[in-house]
Amino acid sequence: MNKVKTFSMGGIHPNKYKMTSASPIMDAGLPEIVTIPVKQHIGAPAKILVKKGDKVKIGTLLADADGIISADVHSSVSGEVLKIESAEGGNGYLEDMITIRVEGNEYEETIDRTGQISRDIPLTAAEIIGKIREAGIVGMGGAGFPTPVKAAVPEGKKVDCLIINGIECEPFLTADERLMIEKAEQIVLGAKILNKALGIQNAIIAVDENKPKAIEILNKITKTYIGVNVQPCATKYPQGGEKQLIAAITGHEVPSGKLPVDVGCVVQNVGTVFAIYEAVIKNKPLYERVITVSGDACAHPGNFLVRIGTPISYLIEKTGGLNKNVAQVILGGPMMGSAVTNIHAPVTKLTSGILLLSEKLSHKEQETDCIRCGKCALVCPVGLEPFLIRRLMSEYQTDKLRAAHVQDCIECGCCAYTCPARIPLLDYCKLAKLELKKKK
Amino acid sequence: MLKISTTPHFQTQVNTRQIMLDVIIALLPAALAAVLFFGVNALLVILTSVASCVFFEYAVCRWWLKSANTTHDLSAIITGLLLAYNLPSSIPLGMILAGAFMAIVVAKMCYGGLGKNIFNPALVGRVFLFISFPVQMTHWPQPHFLNFFAVDAQTGATTLGLLKHMEPGTTPPEGILPSYEDMFIGNIGGCIGEISALALLLGLIYLLWRGIITWHIPFYYVGTVFILTGILYLLTGDIRYDPLRHILSGGLLLGAFFMATDYATSPMTVRGQVLYAIACGILTVVIRLYGAYPEGVSFAILIMNAFVPLIDKYVHGRIFGHRR
Repeated sequence: MNKVKTFSMGGIHPNKYKMTSASPIMDAGLPEIVTIPVKQHIGAPAKILVKKGDKVKIGTLLADADGIISADVHSSVSGEVLKIESAEGGNGYLEDMITIRVEGNEYEETIDRTGQISRDIPLTAAEIIGKIREAGIVGMGGAGFPTPVKAAVPEGKKVDCLIINGIECEPFLTADERLMIEKAEQIVLGAKILNKALGIQNAIIAVDENKPKAIEILNKITKTYIGVNVQPCATKYPQGGEKQLIAAITGHEVPSGKLPVDVGCVVQNVGTVFAIYEAVIKNKPLYERVITVSGDACAHPGNFLVRIGTPISYLIEKTGGLNKNVAQVILGGPMMGSAVTNIHAPVTKLTSGILLLSEKLSHKEQETDCIRCGKCALVCPVGLEPFLIRRLMSEYQTDKLRAAHVQDCIECGCCAYTCPARIPLLDYCKLAKLELKKKK
Repeated sequence: MLKISTTPHFQTQVNTRQIMLDVIIALLPAALAAVLFFGVNALLVILTSVASCVFFEYAVCRWWLKSANTTHDLSAIITGLLLAYNLPSSIPLGMILAGAFMAIVVAKMCYGGLGKNIFNPALVGRVFLFISFPVQMTHWPQPHFLNFFAVDAQTGATTLGLLKHMEPGTTPPEGILPSYEDMFIGNIGGCIGEISALALLLGLIYLLWRGIITWHIPFYYVGTVFILTGILYLLTGDIRYDPLRHILSGGLLLGAFFMATDYATSPMTVRGQVLYAIACGILTVVIRLYGAYPEGVSFAILIMNAFVPLIDKYVHGRIFGHRR
């Protein structure tokens, strides 16, 4: 087994709360209606192709990518389009959504629904990227960057390292962990497919140490796939951050303002890689994903295969409902996820988890004076000095923000997590970044 | 109703009060050593100092600022303990009140309270007493292990005092200088909290284990003193420069572990802390060997406290993705 690697600067060790590590992925079933947003990615919203009253099947294209930085959106159910209108998403913003009433469970004929694993990849690089594009795949780790753009080597660049990100460093979430345990071979095949698209021969699957079962299974399977290796990483947050992961695996730091490809790396989340396998080999568009429903106020936590567009409330009901302990609902992890304002909002391609947190866990203490402990600077994985950024913002010395390197902040929240005086340091950093953008 | 918040949605359990509580726990072995060697007098010094520090902070909040009582954060207790640790067991208790007033009212609350003070409050209190009452502050009772009610009748010079007034190049008669074992355990004269290296080390280990401080300041401070005196010792062979004695005597360990590491008055970045600790070490050696006083830790730390804003302004760590 390889030596455990990690990034050198900062980082924290929050409580793991991985109570769903041993819960197999279960089918969440079909809700009565689904609402599918046309923008579940970074870039332009997709152009809507259907109209009210249309009959759709599972996998029917609902909206077409508008340009390169955009992604197709498919139906996750069979039924009738009820309405197309602007509605409140999970974190309160209005988005265009297509509402479909579920009728039956009919699939598009092109989708291969057999459980058979196909090990041949008879396609060229261009064909693979075409399939990924047609399936509407985006980065499922949370960023939502359209995957076909990342799967192709840009003009004038050289890629020599493909990293599959199996790090799930956010507390509570176990969706990627279960996927690696249950769909290990598909993920390895997905990595080989990406290898072919990028024109390289090897891939590294990075998994954090607290997933011994996933590491064991992947190690066994990668023995038969030359070029794919498993690399255990230390259990530390934010180990799953793209730049932190590259630093841990290759020792190279992505220069400030540059992309991973500038140091010859491409990083893809395991969920994305699984979706790529299904798209390329099984012709299956991205219409469902694995989601952890958990939290200390969740009665029956678990991992679920969920159709995109399923209301959050449907999953909450399925796991025990909004009991009196629930003080806060989070989409994603507790470190970087967003608080839910509307529990009837849908699950999207980027939803990795739904967390029901108790008052005890989500309680935020009253802010007090900075005691100059310096812990915010110590835990920052970028080496910033959040206390300084806060002072510059509160004194409105915005001309000094660039020298404080605010633009390099990855918004991981280690500073605000650690601050013993409970100062919302990340808020100041985010404000400072906006301030810098305004100046440009 | 569901709560809305910005990220991160949960936080570490460790808040300011918890940190202060950990520091107090780390300071307890030294209190135990003080009572074991100086008996009930040491206990009285500690209790007077802590009580008056907490009272002064409460009084300032209540009657002067008319604001929320800040003693809940427990930092006044730490100041009280550290002030007591920097006093001889024979000090008249009334003087402690004056020291506590200087520490809390002048050095801490006048600057704006916890985190805003420039100088270490306990050290300001100590130096104020040292300059105002030089006789009482340099009157060193000899330890009387486990003899709790003994009168502090026997006095003598501290190790540093002995070294300071020795003729260059001479070797003192057997039994004048305390043995290394006594110095390590604390069976020597001195301020009540600084005598036992063992107790202070236990406290340091606790602080490091709990992640309250990093190892940088203690290591670089003590290391600098060790190396500088060690070089002089190797060059001259003069026992006045004995590096082990310089580390084990006086307030070096207390200062390096608990006072130079004070959050409010030390630099924010690791690089700044290293620079600050090395400078503290150099100043300590210079004052001890070439200054008028045998002891230099308090002055060294206070002088470097004044440089902390400057260090914070100019010394920064490397940023990820920028040139090494």
